[in-house]
Amino acid sequence: MTESLTTGAHLTLWLEAFVTLALFSFLYKDNPVYKFVEHVFAGLSAGYYAGLICQSVIYTQLMDPLYTDFGANFMLLIPFVFGMMMLTRLTPIGPIPDLSWMSRWGLAITVGSTAGIFLIAQLHGLVMPQTLDTFAQFSKVTDFRSFAMASLILVGVISTLVYFYFSKEHKGVLGGVAKVGIWFIMVAFGAQFGYTVMGRVSLLIGRMSFLIDDWIGGSIGSLFN
Amino acid sequence: MKRTVPIILAVSTASILALVFFLNRDFAMFFGVTPDDIKQEILIWVTIIGGFTLILGVVSILQVNLKSFSQKKPDRWYSLVTIISLLVMAIPGIFPGPETEVGKVLYTYLPSWIGVYGSQNGIIVNWLFDHLDAPMMSTMFATLAFYIASAAYRAFRARTLEATLLLVAAVLVMFWRVPMGEAVLNMVSPEIPEWINMILMRGVNASVQRGIIIGAALGAASMSLRIILGIERIYLGKT
Repeated sequence: MTESLTTGAHLTLWLEAFVTLALFSFLYKDNPVYKFVEHVFAGLSAGYYAGLICQSVIYTQLMDPLYTDFGANFMLLIPFVFGMMMLTRLTPIGPIPDLSWMSRWGLAITVGSTAGIFLIAQLHGLVMPQTLDTFAQFSKVTDFRSFAMASLILVGVISTLVYFYFSKEHKGVLGGVAKVGIWFIMVAFGAQFGYTVMGRVSLLIGRMSFLIDDWIGGSIGSLFN
Repeated sequence: MKRTVPIILAVSTASILALVFFLNRDFAMFFGVTPDDIKQEILIWVTIIGGFTLILGVVSILQVNLKSFSQKKPDRWYSLVTIISLLVMAIPGIFPGPETEVGKVLYTYLPSWIGVYGSQNGIIVNWLFDHLDAPMMSTMFATLAFYIASAAYRAFRARTLEATLLLVAAVLVMFWRVPMGEAVLNMVSPEIPEWINMILMRGVNASVQRGIIIGAALGAASMSLRIILGIERIYLGKT
């Protein structure tokens, strides 16, 4: 495998190893090499999304329909105008005066449509099904174990909701239920933390595997063969 | 004009989209246009406006870094690095692909090699993403493993009942998620891994996630209602 590597593949492996090691160097302390690669990363990521949005939105959803059948799609000029208005955020530039207030029009449509969709989607798609599922578990109870699980979930959901209810002081019964809520939340956060750590560790193993197998074993190894 | 028009736009768009849900999907309102058609059209509009928003963000990054470079700030060379790498990735990326209608017209006038840059499966963009951006992204997240571990070392002290619960749950899940840890847990008692899966993950964790989802959804719905009623105007800014 190592002998079949081309010069281009070698250079690519060395470049990947360089950026990986440069980013890991921050674990020791902040340094110019890390900063250089960090800024390359920021620039590349921003550039990638600029290209992605142009290809998947501006060309495909705006320019192509307007070009192929303008009569049927002339309404797309409206979001185009609002989109251009968003760019007025960049004013004042040179002789162009401050027109940034115009960006609010496009923003208002985005905020309004998100609100319109969210109002229904959140209630119909999340609150109702999640609430129904919480109680529906009791209809599937066959033994004590399944009853205990359904009760555990019900207590967890209610106590979590009570803990996040801040319109009334957490005293008396409300305070007691909120206390149970904290215990549930702590266990859940601990579990989520454990999951996140293991996710990051698996990424770390992936990078180490690249450095040891592909770079050292592959590229560097082939230099000594 | 500066404040009233945006409020009218937000309230009317929100009301239409909320109302469309309650109307019959096949009911033709006018000129054969159904509520679903209106909803789809508005969603396309929002996607297009969102696209311009992202372009605004990228231009803003360029503007900030150009300013930093021209003002000769101490870290100006790093700003230059950001600008160059952004342009190296963005210029090939924003060229319309030969498969788009705009691209087909463009490449009748421009040399064909530009098509290599413009294609959505373009060599340069994909190469930069696969061999620079993706490895850097996973390395960045991998470094977080060390910081999470060091933060945990400092924060996870079993001082109170709550902290102990957090610590025990995290340790159990970390053990359970790796084969060796699961084997150790199995040696202690074969029921522990199943207990973690059933009680901890599908019981306590799922119920809390559900509670948080319901709470957040209720919050989002009430915020949406405030926007529809024109009470919430924070998106207009201060001026």
